[in-house]
Amino acid sequence: MAFNKENNSYTIIFAAIMVIVVGSILAYLASALSGKIKENERFEKQQNILYAMGVNENKDEGSVNFVPTDKVEAEFSKYITEQLLISGDQITKNDEAYLIDLKKQIAAIKKGESAELPLFIGEKEGKKYYIIPMYGKGLWDAIWGFIALNENMVVQGVYFDHKAETPGLGANIKQRYFMDDFAGESLLNNGQFKGITVAKGNNDPVNNTKDDNEVDALAGATITGNGVSAMIRESVNLYKDYLETIRVN
Amino acid sequence: MALLSKKDTNLILDPLADNNPITIQVLGICSALAITAELQASVVMAISVLFVLGVGNVVISLLRNIIPTKIRIIVQLIVVATLVIIVDQVLKAFAYELSKTLSVFVGLIITNCIIMGRFEAFALGNGPWKAFLDGIGNALGYGIILIIVGFFRELLGSGTLFGFKVFGDPVSKTGLYATGYENNGFMIIPPAALIVVGIIIWVQRSRNRALIEEN
Repeated sequence: MAFNKENNSYTIIFAAIMVIVVGSILAYLASALSGKIKENERFEKQQNILYAMGVNENKDEGSVNFVPTDKVEAEFSKYITEQLLISGDQITKNDEAYLIDLKKQIAAIKKGESAELPLFIGEKEGKKYYIIPMYGKGLWDAIWGFIALNENMVVQGVYFDHKAETPGLGANIKQRYFMDDFAGESLLNNGQFKGITVAKGNNDPVNNTKDDNEVDALAGATITGNGVSAMIRESVNLYKDYLETIRVN
Repeated sequence: MALLSKKDTNLILDPLADNNPITIQVLGICSALAITAELQASVVMAISVLFVLGVGNVVISLLRNIIPTKIRIIVQLIVVATLVIIVDQVLKAFAYELSKTLSVFVGLIITNCIIMGRFEAFALGNGPWKAFLDGIGNALGYGIILIIVGFFRELLGSGTLFGFKVFGDPVSKTGLYATGYENNGFMIIPPAALIVVGIIIWVQRSRNRALIEEN
């Protein structure tokens, strides 16, 4: 061979060239695809928000079926009548509120800075839905979702998603059989805010009891389940003041 | 002339049984434990590893004469990571739904020891065609075990296969559940995978005693 593979300067030159080649490939790819990826992410958010308020293509049982991407923008502007940004006592309307990254807003609140919290008001068949974005921690990484409430903090529907929960265990928080259990549960207990707990062994596997602030947990996914409970409690808590103003009873 | 010589055929067939990456080489155990609670996840992981290991082995094999020995592990790691990121980005742009399903597996693929193990043990010393066959063979051998484990864990743990209820409904007690049968919750948690893999190793070694190590 013409060159010495053990040579230090060869090693350094090889490493440098490799970094440049790999770096440029990835940078080119990232910038070439970013528009398309951003659009996909935007559609996904719209789909998720609509899913929580029950605008989806679900069959009676089985898998999660969103509004298809080619229709989602039209459906989103049809059903979501108002998008609000809540910052302390200030409430402003903003049609791009759904693009706000909740993670950053929650981080700002934790640091004691001012934040803008998005809230979406949907209307379907004369009924109003107050859809709140949620963000929390699962076992391995972030979990997030949307929860649709009526005026009295009774859950109308939820959507959960996760970054890296274990497939077959924690990842099942985005399955219908888990999410469907939340509908009808109240976040209130005797008029006080309590949240919903993902509970093990509550002897209610088909979730017949709707007034116990509990849904049945997933086997083998205790920490993800606890993460979901905490996420609902903490995220909705940020909107408590606003939700009190719309309460009817 | 046949498409594959006998030696080449062995590169694919050996890892399926007598030189299986999981049961004989004991590589890739971590992912076999983590994601086999459902059959579908096992299949997705098997296909992903098939792609990454096949292509990765070829890339490493092509570079084998110019990779500096001192930094070869880092080079291998970069090749895997780059491949996985490229696939991930392309899927995000053109098959968003699929990429959501796969996103969980990305980290598991990069750190899967089968991939590094085959780069180090085979691709660094053999030509690209052989390395490709070796990659495919090992990924298939890995996939088979994953699917066997996933099959038993999902069937016995949840009573379903690919999410389809095989034994009836455990909540409303239909089908097999009417006779008092219960799902075995233990099968869902990771230690159960270790037991299933252990049984596979046991069966395999009692059928072929040459595999039993002397110590």
